[in-house]
Amino acid sequence: MGSLGERTAVLGVGQTEYRATRGDVSVAGLVREAALRALADAECTWADIDAVVIGKAPDFFEGLMMPELFLADALGCAGKPILRVHTAGSVGGSTALVAASLIRSRVHRRVLTLGFEKQSESNATWALSLPQPFSVSINAGAGGYFSPIIRQYMARSGAPELIGCMVAYKDRRHALRNPYAHLHQHDLTFDQVVEAPMLWDPIRFSETCPSSDGACAMVLGDEAAGDASDRPVAWVHGTAMRSEGNNFPGRDEVSPQASRDCAADVFAQAGITNPRAEIDAVEMYVPFSWYEPMWLESLGFAELDQGWRMVEDGSTSLDGGDLPVNCSGGVLSSNPIGASGMIRFAEAALQVRGLAGDHQVDGARRAFGHAYGGGAQYFAMWVVGAEKP
Amino acid sequence: MTERPAPEMLRADLVVEYPFTRTTGPVIGAFLTGLRDGRIVGVRTSDGRVVVPPVEADPTTGDTLDEMVEVASNGTVVTWTWLDPPRPGSPWDRPHGLGLVLLDGADTPMLHGLLVDSPEELETGMRVEAVWAAERTGHVHDLVGFAPEGSGVAPAPHAEDPGDEPVRSVRTPIRLEYDFIPSSAAQEYLHAYAEKRILGNRSPVDGAVFVPPRGVDPRHGVAATELVDLAHEGHVGNFCVTHLPIPGRTDLTTPYVSAWIHLDGADIGFLGLVAGCEVDEVRIGMRVRAVWKPDDELGPTAENVLYWEPTGAPDVPVDEAGNRAWTARRDRDETGGPADA
Amino acid sequence: MREVAVVSSAIHQVEALTFTTDVQLMIPLVNAVRDAVGITQDDVDFTCSGSSDFLAGQAFSFVHTLDAVGAVPPISESHVEMDGAFALYEAWVKLQTGEADTALVYSYGKSSPGSRRDVLAAQLDPYVVGPLWPDAHSIAALQARVLLDAGLATPEDLAAVAVRSQRNAVGNPNALRSSADVTVDDVLAEAVVADPLRPSDLSAESDGGCAVLLAAGDRARSLCDRPAWITGIDHRIDPQALGLRDLTRAPSAALAAERAGATTGRLDVAELHAASTAQALVLHREFGLGDGVDVDPSGGSLAADTLMAAGLVRIAEVARRISAGDADRGLAHASSGPCLQQNLACVLEGE
Repeated sequence: MGSLGERTAVLGVGQTEYRATRGDVSVAGLVREAALRALADAECTWADIDAVVIGKAPDFFEGLMMPELFLADALGCAGKPILRVHTAGSVGGSTALVAASLIRSRVHRRVLTLGFEKQSESNATWALSLPQPFSVSINAGAGGYFSPIIRQYMARSGAPELIGCMVAYKDRRHALRNPYAHLHQHDLTFDQVVEAPMLWDPIRFSETCPSSDGACAMVLGDEAAGDASDRPVAWVHGTAMRSEGNNFPGRDEVSPQASRDCAADVFAQAGITNPRAEIDAVEMYVPFSWYEPMWLESLGFAELDQGWRMVEDGSTSLDGGDLPVNCSGGVLSSNPIGASGMIRFAEAALQVRGLAGDHQVDGARRAFGHAYGGGAQYFAMWVVGAEKP
Repeated sequence: MTERPAPEMLRADLVVEYPFTRTTGPVIGAFLTGLRDGRIVGVRTSDGRVVVPPVEADPTTGDTLDEMVEVASNGTVVTWTWLDPPRPGSPWDRPHGLGLVLLDGADTPMLHGLLVDSPEELETGMRVEAVWAAERTGHVHDLVGFAPEGSGVAPAPHAEDPGDEPVRSVRTPIRLEYDFIPSSAAQEYLHAYAEKRILGNRSPVDGAVFVPPRGVDPRHGVAATELVDLAHEGHVGNFCVTHLPIPGRTDLTTPYVSAWIHLDGADIGFLGLVAGCEVDEVRIGMRVRAVWKPDDELGPTAENVLYWEPTGAPDVPVDEAGNRAWTARRDRDETGGPADA
Repeated sequence: MREVAVVSSAIHQVEALTFTTDVQLMIPLVNAVRDAVGITQDDVDFTCSGSSDFLAGQAFSFVHTLDAVGAVPPISESHVEMDGAFALYEAWVKLQTGEADTALVYSYGKSSPGSRRDVLAAQLDPYVVGPLWPDAHSIAALQARVLLDAGLATPEDLAAVAVRSQRNAVGNPNALRSSADVTVDDVLAEAVVADPLRPSDLSAESDGGCAVLLAAGDRARSLCDRPAWITGIDHRIDPQALGLRDLTRAPSAALAAERAGATTGRLDVAELHAASTAQALVLHREFGLGDGVDVDPSGGSLAADTLMAAGLVRIAEVARRISAGDADRGLAHASSGPCLQQNLACVLEGE
């Protein structure tokens, strides 16, 4: 083994506005909005695209089985290859990585990759957990699943109770600088975050992600395409995916080994030995606020049980922090599930391209994109940089 | 893979049903608005063809399409089949044809019902005309189907009030029925509850015990067929205090505690309710025991355990609670502990 | 391109897996392909699977199936909501990057709990086609009639395809529909169920799964006496709407086959993934299959059609014949969507 792969560049990024309901478009219209913006950013046309890789979470959201079949011509795919990825919540990240492997393997030269969800067509709680006969239903929604894990982190790390609220407040403030974000809570105060109703103790309503409609797309290209681009590109410095079982003896649910292994792999590929010092911007998958300190530790940005201190001292804030996390507002501010992972990957690329607009980290040269899914058991990560690796 | 039927097979209907509300965007919206108004519209592609029903992107080039073109509501059958009986979920309640109909003025045929009494009345190339619903709402069902030309169906009345808002969304319910039959392992697990027993699966590799039994050791990817009886006591590995009601569980008053219960003798947790104490008394490591339904109400269901109540025994240390128990045991006793194969 | 081969495979197809879950189905298959070449999951560099939530009636249905692999410690893994043949394609791409030398591919489908022909209507345009709930048999029938009306096939031609499938399937433990002595007249005597199609014209719906192990270069040679080398693999899609397509053709199948190298050079064997005898004839034409090609020696998907796995089963069937020395070069085909909308072609060769 040992990669002899083609260098891969992010040539373009396209996002829709994320909203509770995108009532102005069909599913095809939604994915085309993101795809056309990515093509424009990459200065490409449909004809330049060799293949499409699309991802989304369960098909039940739109009640459309294997929707890539219906969407093929809307994505300019007639006569082209299209792949459909589904790895639970990490799918947006995994989808981008499958697209990257098509470039890296030199199978294709330019690939369009896209993640989407139109959650308003049904209901998230229904679509994510269809009631199954003979099973006793006592856990309402994803929050009910992740709350005990957060409780365990709090008990283990001794983190102060309001760390989660600090993350939520920070990400919602970041979102005000991102025109695509779903939540734009201009008048939100920290006290309001704290006083929000408790849903799944210790998770407050204000510490959960919204349910959004939206799509995110990227155009990936090979080294020649990256070199030829007039616009800044992001170079892929490392990619990794890991999965582990959902429930087995000895499983560390707070910092799953799959998470640690995946991070170690992607940072090794990028030649990074001190992630906190060498990464300039982080887009990580934080659907519940406490996952920011938990992932900071698991990924190696903080020592064990110390991640919460980075939240407390403002290290992860775009305003003066040394490791800004989720400058886009993150999953806590926009969550079309099938796209959420790809948004993280795309936002990381925008940072190193210097195209993140009002939420740009000054001088960002290397950025980290992260997604997870299932019972925190599926992981997808990449490191992108302004310089060719 | 042996197929092992249980003594009394448990099965249930699994119904996947949702009244999807779909926003249409301008192109599909124009088609549905047309149907509501008794007209059929298509869209013109880059090479000048008229596609019906309209599509948002050129099927060859991917370019955005928006030039809507009205076509006739009569045309020619391109291909057909016959459905007797009609399919569940379809808008038809008696035997009917289904076909592709090339409407006059269109370059591509559209799919819809063919309304005749028998397949003998259908042939490729026959002329048909639209049959409209009396009440139209902006849905593909506004078109009841196509009947042979001259069969006496009146032309569609156009909308009384052309000033109506264009169609922007459409309801398209989905209902799928599945015959849900639990696996052989699950059948035995559920039947055991009727005898007030809780079963787990033992790994053939390292002896780890899993509950509920799924016939698999997930650590090693091997079948685990041995069933073992588990204690009705254990500890809270972890928990959530839920303030949200669960749809369909009117018996639960909020807040309530759902917890990962780690039974003595089992090596993973399973979900249960904790009650019989104040919500804020529940803690990681707390010892609990099963509270069962009365014996005369027991059935083959995990709901026989109403909830788990504190035993009052000393807590399991936090570092050894839940999934940490396995790791702690292994670390404590390298030789006699569970193998980490 | 890097040399990549199928080094082992396992198939299990039955009419209904009543008491067997997806994970229970896959455990023996996954173990079989690893055991056949004497490796464990620790030696597998990449794993990729294919399945459908809609078939299972459960969101994230693939999550628990991962337990069949034994993903402890964690593995490098991906999943496509597609037939396993496309999971194999993703794994083949991964091996092409040089980041993996071995890959485990598996897929499975259990459609018996639901009404598969109706579930498949959920694949169609949800605005103006889905609400009419056109079932998969009707869609196949519409395509068959176009073929008959165009004079490209007769009912006897369709029946002859069914007869070939059923005769070839004799002795295949994974086939549901087989008969050594069935004749064209027997098939034509069957009542029409989806006009103009008869029961034998429609693929036999099965539950089941398939696992395949891939290896690159010398690793493949060390694991297997006669690896089935993937010398070409490609997949393409056509627009979905039936009205936009000439249903006598499958342009994406022809293009994929051409790009995989199936249209040049001799083929000993071809395994087709068709939902009907009419589709099999469309594929014959698109692939230019001549008399010298042994088509569907296993009976093909007509003899047992496991949704989400039937394409991967085709690859496994061709690979087995090459590894056994019964064939030197073969084409395996997978399809998805109504009327052969999406197609994958894989050319396998012995050394």
